Amino acid sequence: MEYSNLRHRAADMRKSLFDQGYLDEQFYQLEELQDEVSPNFVEEVVTLFFRDSARLISNIEQTLDKCPQDFVKLDAYVHQLKDSSSSIGASRVKNACTLCREYCDEKNLEGCLKLFHKLKREHAVLRQKLGSYFQLLRQVGPMEIATRPSM
Amino acid sequence: MENLSASSRTEAFPVGLRVLVVDDDPTWLKILEKMLRKCSYEVTTCGLARFALEMLRERKDHFDIVISDVNMPDMDGFKLLEHVGLEMDLPVIMMSIDGETSRVMKGVQHGACDYLLKPVRMKELKNIWQHVYRKKMQEVKEIEGHDINEDIQIRNEFEDFEDRHVLNGTDMNSMRKRKDVDNKEHADQEFTDPATVKKARVVWSVDLHQKFVNAVNQIGFDKVGPKKILDLMNVPGLTRENVASHLQKYRLYLSRLQKQNEGRNFGGNMQSDFSSKDVTANFDLHSSTQMQQNGASSKYIYTNQKIPAQVIVPDGCADDFKNVVSLQVMDSKQALLSDVSDSQKVNSVSQLGVLLSFKEMMPIVDMKPLEPAISRHQSWNGGIPVMQFMQYPKHNHKRCSLLEDYSCLPKPDQEHQVFADHVHTPPSVISVTCNTEDDMCSVSELKPVHTNQKSSHIKPISPVPFMTNPVSVQVDSGLSNTQDYSGLSNTQDFGATCGKDGSTNQKDHYNDQTCSGWIPPPLQLSLTNETDLVSLPEQLQLCSLQGIGCFENVGLNNMEIFQYNDSTSAIEVHGNWYDSLEFNCDYLYDSADYPIVDECLFA
Repeated sequence: MEYSNLRHRAADMRKSLFDQGYLDEQFYQLEELQDEVSPNFVEEVVTLFFRDSARLISNIEQTLDKCPQDFVKLDAYVHQLKDSSSSIGASRVKNACTLCREYCDEKNLEGCLKLFHKLKREHAVLRQKLGSYFQLLRQVGPMEIATRPSM
Repeated sequence: MENLSASSRTEAFPVGLRVLVVDDDPTWLKILEKMLRKCSYEVTTCGLARFALEMLRERKDHFDIVISDVNMPDMDGFKLLEHVGLEMDLPVIMMSIDGETSRVMKGVQHGACDYLLKPVRMKELKNIWQHVYRKKMQEVKEIEGHDINEDIQIRNEFEDFEDRHVLNGTDMNSMRKRKDVDNKEHADQEFTDPATVKKARVVWSVDLHQKFVNAVNQIGFDKVGPKKILDLMNVPGLTRENVASHLQKYRLYLSRLQKQNEGRNFGGNMQSDFSSKDVTANFDLHSSTQMQQNGASSKYIYTNQKIPAQVIVPDGCADDFKNVVSLQVMDSKQALLSDVSDSQKVNSVSQLGVLLSFKEMMPIVDMKPLEPAISRHQSWNGGIPVMQFMQYPKHNHKRCSLLEDYSCLPKPDQEHQVFADHVHTPPSVISVTCNTEDDMCSVSELKPVHTNQKSSHIKPISPVPFMTNPVSVQVDSGLSNTQDYSGLSNTQDFGATCGKDGSTNQKDHYNDQTCSGWIPPPLQLSLTNETDLVSLPEQLQLCSLQGIGCFENVGLNNMEIFQYNDSTSAIEVHGNWYDSLEFNCDYLYDSADYPIVDECLFA
């Protein structure tokens, strides 16, 4: 059935997000927080995250542009982004942030730039994937959460 | 509660715990709120540390615990932690994605009762109530040995706490018993039923204190005893215990003054400043009495359950307040103190911080020698007296003796108002302190109660540590016009969460409005009549409330408050918020256990 297919697709998508390390445990937490009172909690939070993180990324970009040697500032922004990405379990983004911060500590601009681009990519990829996922979910309707894959 | 059963009693207990969550990250704020709601807690969120602090100051007793992120753009989480610990004495839990030992250590050093690593799990949040409970227990312990008034206060607080949360019956009973410690003058501690022990709180007004001092002087300080004083005072309704506790404080006060005097170099002009002519009638009495003692002006600053500390008001130059600020020494919070004593920031603060907002004032453990600043507000045109509020920890007389105290405010147009009581008329002095970093813009905005008074007179003094923003005191002369805060419910939308994007705006806005919140605006006080006085506290409170939304989030459950990233909406709300914010004295008073001048030396 189409519906069943959709559900499977959604479930698979979800599973692969976890398997491929895009999402971590924290995302489960969000799913568990979703209830009758806030039936779209996860999507809302994710939306909020992407909106806010876009701003942070833009801040970092501007800093790299205008005052690239300001590692303190860079570090602060990246730290914020890391903090934020941990909120939804955006694991890859978070890891990229961690590495980027290390370069900031070393005042290694090149490394910083490289990692920044990486985290930007990860961020974009995740956004796209989660976007598709939620879109699918909307079609499917509330679906029971699959058992957590052992992590 | 239906879920109350013997077996689930421990679970039922923390229900309704009032949590304030502070985090600049809107996503986390939303998540944490949801998590805490699921724990059946009452959650208020805030995206800006400053707002959070304001909120806390305004509604001191509105929260049981604070959870805050460490890295926030507008204020370091540790700083917030310090403030909360000092001013409100609430348990604070820190959170961070950074789990480095050094950071955790720092958290502990600054007084955090816990440090959570992000991502935070709900199960970790479930147990935060233990910190609240623990603190309450500590308070109960502390009251033993303090005078009865404090006991009553604490008992009341505790009972409120109990009321809000279902507590294990037996535990509470035993706790209650511990709280019912009789007057310390009684050697034994009697465990009595709380209901019978509860006493009406005495407001030690200026008049009352006057009588007290007169009685003391008449008897002779050395021979004084509560009974004798009580008899001489001849005030109906006053009990021996009231007098006894007041006497104790008075003694402490005097002894501090003495210590201060020893080795202090009081500007000679100080003395001269204390010219009784400069004070109102009431004050005259005080000052003359004071003169007898020593020239130090001091204030009592009482802390909640803490030893009343005396704050020495720096007489002399208004500019000398830096030292004053250091008054707010916290015994354990020396760090803060040292910040304060830095004074650079305090610049020309001439008044002692008004611990108006501090219902529970920090204990001033060590009186730092402050240069007498008092009324020397030369820079002030009229020598606005620094209103020094003696904040007495316990009794939260809403109206406080503040009202009465005002009667002793020196007339505005007098030079060198010695307000600061030289020696012991702390209550008469209300020092409104605002951050003077920027020369008190507030001054200009002040609408003096007395038209004579130029707002510039009052130099707000802000205890540096507590205030980092210039406070613009905006005192509506017509306090009575304060808008009904119920309008604030509109702000709820805006409220708790200061959107990130909007936060800048808010912040600006906030800054524009000034009012750091906790320092009441400098008031032109030349209150010569009760009405003025009456309005005063409101003004003070108002100021502090300025710009601060009342994040009444109790009903947050149903609101979507988060307007984090939507700067537009934030701004809009902002506008609304400010419109409705105004100063609602009534609201302030009602909601804030935040007696401006709590006990004023007279407890």
